Amino acid sequence: MRRAILILVPYLWLLALFLVPFIIVGRISLSDTALARPPYLPQFSWDEGIWAFLSQLDFENFWFLTTDDLYWKAYLSSLQIAITATFFALLIGYPIAYGMARAPEEWRPTLMMLVILPFWTSFLIRVYSWIGILSQEGYLNQILLWAGIIDAPLIILNTNTAVYIGIVYTYLPFMILPIYSALDRLDGSLIEAAEDLGCSRLQAFWLITVPLSKNGIIAGCFLVFIPALGEFVIPSLLGGSETLMIGKILWEEFFNNRDWPVASAVAVVLLLILVVPIVLFQRNQQRQAEEDR
Amino acid sequence: MNIKTLSMTAVLTLTAAAVSANEVRVYNWSDYIDEELLAKFEAETGIKLIYDVFDSNEVLETKMLAGGSGYDVVVPSGTFLQRQISAGAFQKLDKSQLPNLENMWDVVAARTAQYDPGNEYSINYMWGTTGIGVNVGKVKEVLGEDAPMNSLALIFDPANMEKLASCGVHFLDAPTELIPAALKYIGENPDAQDDETISKAEPVLMGVRPFVTKFHSSEYINALANGDICVAFGWSGDILQARDRAAEADNGVEIEYHIPAEGALMWFDQMAIPVDAPNPAGAHAFLNFIMDAQNMAAASNYVYYANGNGASKEFLNEDVIGDTAIYPDEGTLQNLYTTSPYDAGVQRVVTRLWTKVKSGT
Repeated sequence: MRRAILILVPYLWLLALFLVPFIIVGRISLSDTALARPPYLPQFSWDEGIWAFLSQLDFENFWFLTTDDLYWKAYLSSLQIAITATFFALLIGYPIAYGMARAPEEWRPTLMMLVILPFWTSFLIRVYSWIGILSQEGYLNQILLWAGIIDAPLIILNTNTAVYIGIVYTYLPFMILPIYSALDRLDGSLIEAAEDLGCSRLQAFWLITVPLSKNGIIAGCFLVFIPALGEFVIPSLLGGSETLMIGKILWEEFFNNRDWPVASAVAVVLLLILVVPIVLFQRNQQRQAEEDR
Repeated sequence: MNIKTLSMTAVLTLTAAAVSANEVRVYNWSDYIDEELLAKFEAETGIKLIYDVFDSNEVLETKMLAGGSGYDVVVPSGTFLQRQISAGAFQKLDKSQLPNLENMWDVVAARTAQYDPGNEYSINYMWGTTGIGVNVGKVKEVLGEDAPMNSLALIFDPANMEKLASCGVHFLDAPTELIPAALKYIGENPDAQDDETISKAEPVLMGVRPFVTKFHSSEYINALANGDICVAFGWSGDILQARDRAAEADNGVEIEYHIPAEGALMWFDQMAIPVDAPNPAGAHAFLNFIMDAQNMAAASNYVYYANGNGASKEFLNEDVIGDTAIYPDEGTLQNLYTTSPYDAGVQRVVTRLWTKVKSGT
């Protein structure tokens, strides 16, 4: 009995916070846009019955998404931005996590604290502060000009570069923490053994450390990739007119076109695209849990 | 339902009513009021004022169409107001609660009746034009002394824009402003409602899009004032606010606002009360307060937009009432045009065109 309740809790959680909203969005995606409040039809009414209601729904909004190349271009561009940002987050995050795991025991809680500390400030304020750093009159350009490295200010703000910086900065802790936890558990004697057996330090790193932190790397990559794919705030604040991301398209459908049905269809497709990495992530976590046992 | 829950509900309902009677929630454009007026309203009426801001009609419209926004007073522009009225988003004003209506200016009221026949649902807050803000020094540096600063050619001629790109150009992120302007530039009807005419704006906008630093509807005030950009296509009062911020900062930036000689869009921001406003009485009190001649003048003196309040004119500062960029003279007034709302099908064409302009695809 207790076991059943324990299992029930996460499922109720999933039902309330995922399935119910998904059904609402899914149902709007099958409706038609209308000048009304809320701006779509048909509205469900008990008098007409559920079948009359369902028979008015159709998939034309999904069909519409295929008629315009904007949507798949936006999906592809989002994928590309998310993958690139994940790559850079890994490139920067791994050495940080490695350094933390190799640091003296008494420093580690402090280092951990420093990684988490930015979360104490609002995400929005942290992204906004990048505007001050990256703008043409911003701190970065001032320092570079002062140091004589550049002659004219670099244009970074309102480009894809700024979006990459924003995403990598924001999600870096999600990359560092799982890698750190994998490296932290690593048995140091394995590396000693490898070196005793003739590996150079670099070889030992590639042959022992990296494979043993693989699960941390995978977890970190997913934790960065998944939110980056649907990101809206960072591209809208730091990105420019060249930045094409599905989050922005979704916003435009919803706000500018007032077309909630098509916006919902875009959201459903985005979710389907995200389901694949989420399922892979879940598998990885499960496998890891089994290995640990 | 037993007696206990019934009485609990009654108590809760009463408290809720008591709370809403003392609170009015206003949703207005950003940088659009003298904040001292907000404190004055609270002091005069004893009603607590909660004041939120937005920077795009689209955001407001979505809240209105979703319903249950919780706001008592909102400020859509004319075309958006018209569509939201037909969607049933607003309640009719109770004019008996608005004695200050007599202060309103009939010239403006006649124009706003185009969107709200009989002005049944809304009062005019402010009106203005959409035009060109320039950083005089930088534009002359890039384009020479005879730069066409009062012409749409400044922003729609790729030859000019290519040079201006080096110092930065912002456009409003609002297709309903840019498409009419582009149509006006090529001599088409800016209020065109057919796909064919509207699509003629596309090559104009696509020709200059590579040189636009950003499409955004509020950042340009600071960007102009700080000298981050040298040209903005934006709303009159915002650019005049940038002019004043630059003057205050004394940073050597000189900003001017120009109504394009080809003609400019004249728009009206209207205060209206959502149909589901929690406190309609408080909303009427706020509207009446705003329509007070001195209050309205204070607001205009602060934000550099003209208002629809005839009685306020005598309290306006000379640099507001005397500035033809704010209160255009007869000749310029002839050259201003208005637009009407797009229907759903045309709206999609417009937004798609806009997405293409912004993203290149």
